[in-house]
Amino acid sequence: MMAIGIIATLIMGSIPTFKEFGFGFVYSSEWNPTEGRESYGALPFIIGTIVTSLLALALTFPFAFSIALFLGEYFKEGRMASILKSMIDLLAGIPSVVYGLWGFYTIKPIIVELGLNAQGFGIFTSSFVLAIMIIPYASSLSAEVINMVPSNLKEAAYSLGATRFEVVKNVIIPNAGSGIFAGFILAFGRAIGETMAVTMLIGNSNKIPTNLFDLGNTMASLIANQFGEAEGLKYTSLVAMGLLLFVITGILNLIGKMVMKKFTA
Amino acid sequence: MMSLAFISALPLLSILFQLVKKGYKQVSLRFFTDVAPDTMEAMMAKVNHEIIPGGIANGIVGTLIIVGVASLIAIPLGLICGIYLSETSKGKMAGIVRFVVDMLQGIPSIVLGVIAYIWIVKPVTSGFSALAGSVALSIMMLPSIVRSTEETLKMIPSTLKEAALSLGVPYYKTIFKVLLPTGMSGISTGIILGISRIAGETAPLMLTALGSSAINLDITQPSSAIPLLVWEFYNDPNLIDLIWGASLILLLIIFLLNLGAKAISKKWKVQY
Repeated sequence: MMAIGIIATLIMGSIPTFKEFGFGFVYSSEWNPTEGRESYGALPFIIGTIVTSLLALALTFPFAFSIALFLGEYFKEGRMASILKSMIDLLAGIPSVVYGLWGFYTIKPIIVELGLNAQGFGIFTSSFVLAIMIIPYASSLSAEVINMVPSNLKEAAYSLGATRFEVVKNVIIPNAGSGIFAGFILAFGRAIGETMAVTMLIGNSNKIPTNLFDLGNTMASLIANQFGEAEGLKYTSLVAMGLLLFVITGILNLIGKMVMKKFTA
Repeated sequence: MMSLAFISALPLLSILFQLVKKGYKQVSLRFFTDVAPDTMEAMMAKVNHEIIPGGIANGIVGTLIIVGVASLIAIPLGLICGIYLSETSKGKMAGIVRFVVDMLQGIPSIVLGVIAYIWIVKPVTSGFSALAGSVALSIMMLPSIVRSTEETLKMIPSTLKEAALSLGVPYYKTIFKVLLPTGMSGISTGIILGISRIAGETAPLMLTALGSSAINLDITQPSSAIPLLVWEFYNDPNLIDLIWGASLILLLIIFLLNLGAKAISKKWKVQY
């Protein structure tokens, strides 16, 4: 029974690999799907994926961390906490197409207004929406670990006259630091795999983006956009890209879980 | 104090979020009879000067079918895995299973779509199908069900199980008639949360179920689903006004499911 689960994962890994080997090395170069002289390389998309996710992570950090502090340390119970928690749950439940729609109709005009990009698409726009999408993931894990910081440590610090900020800086962060880090790694993994919202906002250009407000593309969006009618070499490269995505998110999740394990040991 | 400032920015964001959407949507909700039997046809696009008739019925039916089949696949599998994991606390097999489940949980939805495409669309149904969509979605649901089943069952004091066994109840009956019913609240919560998660997924369906303009009861044929409809509407300049109504319905479904999960977890909770 569970063997089914295991086999599932193995098969999944092997089939795309076979396809990839049949096509092999044209890899960290340019994506040129002009039928005829096709040469497929994944670099622009890898860059796009990493940049958007990193940016999203950076954007999310202040918010997620504050929420985590709030819920894990200062207001663990009570009405404020439940309201905040419900809101975070709501944020997490919203399907990504809806985020994409919101980004399109709300954020995009703002970007156009600010003159950052002529049509409002681009890396920044999608990272921004992505950041909001991963807030629940980053904050919930961090809140848990912050909660787990032994209270006698904190109380000792307070009794010595430390301000709240100092307690956070010198007690909570060193203690919960790796757990918080794990939470963000997992959120990063989530951001990398996010497809719909990014597809709707990133502008879908296949070149390496030159600045933060440029158009770009991510691995997931590429697959989403082109898989439907892909054949032959294009198909196998898209599948290979899927494998890449799988491997990257797999590694990130592994790291996150390992850090968590060490932390709770 | 800084934290407070940051935090209030967020709820504001999400409220703005909803206001914008609802604002647009009040308009469209009246303009189409919600779960109408009318289906989306390209003709809609021509009837451009008037209110676009039709509804999202093909999406609703599609979502119901796809999610339903996905649940049929994922629930038994997930329950069994969860039961196994809660009964075996150590051992290599358990470790492997846990590892696999964790891996599955982290896989981006679109990669699962690719896999379902490779497994089902090509060989089995030689074409896009609702079944492929269900398979992809069932993989997504699996970790949620497995984990909540395992956690719930673990929390049941072993005295319950031992009492049943000592009364001579066969092992399998113990599980099905004693443990599962006791853990029903936690397990159902996991199931419902899994359903609500996949109800809103678009990417895997794009590669598997593809979408269709008719209401479709055959799972070996392409089928529509609400998130897919939203995506289709979005991409069609003539239909784009419909995205708000469709999204609202989608959101309503998801929120109702979430609320339901919370309510069930409170109401069915067995005290021991």
